[in-house]
Amino acid sequence: MTYSRKLLQDLYATMLRIRMSEEGFVEPILNREIRCPVHLCSGEEAIAAGVCSVLEKDDYIFGNHRSHGHYLAKGGGLKEMVAEVFCRETGCSRGRGGSMHLIDPSCGMLGSAPIVGGTISLALGAAMAAWVRGTRQVAVSFFGDGATGEGTLAESLNFAALKKLPIVFVCENNLYSTHLCIDEIRVSRNIYKMALPFGEKGHRIDGNDVLKVYEHAKQAVELCRNGEGPVFLECLTYRQRGHVGPDDNVQGTHTDIRPAAEVKRWLKKDPIKRLEKYLLQQGGFTAEELQKVQAAISREVSEAFDFARQSPFPAKEDLSSYVFA
Amino acid sequence: MSLPNRTLSYSLAINEAFHQLMERDESVMLIGQGVKSPWYVGNTAQGLLARFGERRVIDTPVSENAMTGAAVGAALAGMRPIVEHPRMDFMLYAIDPIVNEAANWFYMNGGKLPVPAVIWGVINRGGEQGAQHSQALHALFAHIPGLKVVMPATPTDAKGLMIAAVQDDNPVVFIDDRWLYGEEEVVPEEFYSIPLGKGIVRRQGSDVTIVAVSYMVREALKAAEELAQQGIQAEVVDPRTVKPLDFDLIHQSLQKTGRLVVADGGWKTCGVAAEIAALAAEKAFTCLKAPVQRVTLPDLPAPASRTLEAAYYPASADIVNAVNRLVQPCHEELALLHRVSYAAQ
Repeated sequence: MTYSRKLLQDLYATMLRIRMSEEGFVEPILNREIRCPVHLCSGEEAIAAGVCSVLEKDDYIFGNHRSHGHYLAKGGGLKEMVAEVFCRETGCSRGRGGSMHLIDPSCGMLGSAPIVGGTISLALGAAMAAWVRGTRQVAVSFFGDGATGEGTLAESLNFAALKKLPIVFVCENNLYSTHLCIDEIRVSRNIYKMALPFGEKGHRIDGNDVLKVYEHAKQAVELCRNGEGPVFLECLTYRQRGHVGPDDNVQGTHTDIRPAAEVKRWLKKDPIKRLEKYLLQQGGFTAEELQKVQAAISREVSEAFDFARQSPFPAKEDLSSYVFA
Repeated sequence: MSLPNRTLSYSLAINEAFHQLMERDESVMLIGQGVKSPWYVGNTAQGLLARFGERRVIDTPVSENAMTGAAVGAALAGMRPIVEHPRMDFMLYAIDPIVNEAANWFYMNGGKLPVPAVIWGVINRGGEQGAQHSQALHALFAHIPGLKVVMPATPTDAKGLMIAAVQDDNPVVFIDDRWLYGEEEVVPEEFYSIPLGKGIVRRQGSDVTIVAVSYMVREALKAAEELAQQGIQAEVVDPRTVKPLDFDLIHQSLQKTGRLVVADGGWKTCGVAAEIAALAAEKAFTCLKAPVQRVTLPDLPAPASRTLEAAYYPASADIVNAVNRLVQPCHEELALLHRVSYAAQ
């Protein structure tokens, strides 16, 4: 399989943009400049980047508590995201939502929410809307392995299959449901098989290989557009940071009980390093070219943090705005 | 051809609202359990499937959580869905999409995306159906910021409020009562809406205000007839929407009568009657000549047996009794004496 230069560079830029902003949050979280709960997705960038790279602007996505990557990959504004994590008026949710409520309807990012499984049926509904209207839009639901314990997932899989709705269920399986290893919440690690009894196509893929994610997502979205959805993609990955915040152990609660050797093993599978290796060895990119991309993204991220810090907090007088439309 | 005095039942008034909404706006759709079956929804959905097709009229698996979530998600994607629950009890499976998602979405996203969904729940009391087919849970939803709660008492209101609910950009919980489905009156054939948050005086009176909700409006009007024979003129106020609540209208009535009975088909504790009583104490204290009386369900689950049902559901006689407790001239003095003698013991 060969990939266009533009696609490769876009994937790289998206993943870097996510990683650099995630890592940028670490310091301000630790020094309490940022107070809202922040669930960093460092290490999981390939899934958001790969899936969203095959979506059109008017396709829909919904995220969960760990959705900085989904929002950015779908085209949500970086400045507005960083400002939202800082809970400023200029944030994408005007400081009313914080890190867990990112939204940008102008690019089809219809929202994210930390009620585990809570947005799966919302994505189902967005897919239903496309189906009712007869457009070729597709909806993507991003959720984690923890959400497989929720009944709403089974309900949504059934209804999506029943009506052949254009929805891609993307399960980011990072092997931990907050602190709990997957083996303690499920009898089987094969999450993708949940879709099979409903007659849905289900695949397990290496979620740290952005090109694999891209290929599967492309196929899945095409099927959906042709009325042959839904598709279930289980993407194996690992979070490099804590469940919430930079690292539960660094933050002093010592609640991250993942074995050190396991963490180390997964750090070696870092999706960005893997893509860099591919770009240099097979993609025809030079080290200099990659450095140029890095420098540009780094500048962009640093400007977004400046923007957030200089932005005002919401005014007290506006407490009761936006209760009703 | 339309007839000048065309009458329609409450349930067919809802049906007419659906037909008129769906023919005018392609984004309106109906989804829920049993929309194909009169067993579930009476004749409220008749003719819709044949006319608008199975993509806009969807009978669903028994999956209240995901189906309600799908309606909310469709609303976020620009549709105006009505999601139907043939018994309110089943809606409890859907609390997450209603309360966590729909009610909060607009606020927690800084006003970026509205949720124009109607969540339609049917109260289906009586008939020895027991505790899990009979609940009236409107107070629970009225408690939640971001939700509007509509409870029409007449066929004309059922149609006009359903149209307003669907046209509203916010999540609206529309609650009707199967006991009202057979009510008939002249209902305008044209497409009209009744504003959410505006109550109506159903009967003028000067001695006591009876605020009655949904089915209890009918009981309050019966009670008012009976009271009139005793020489007591009761004013009956129907708030029509429980949230937002038109307390101004209630206040105006209290300025005239000074006495308040609230009749609600929900439970007493933390219920709609409690909220209206609290508002009266807070905003209309100087008007009140007597303590507020509540006529509600007792704080216990609905029983099955017909003998217990008869004792459980409040009716016009309970409202008459409550009014009589208020208007007896020596009521306050008696109460005071009672307290004094009690304290002395």
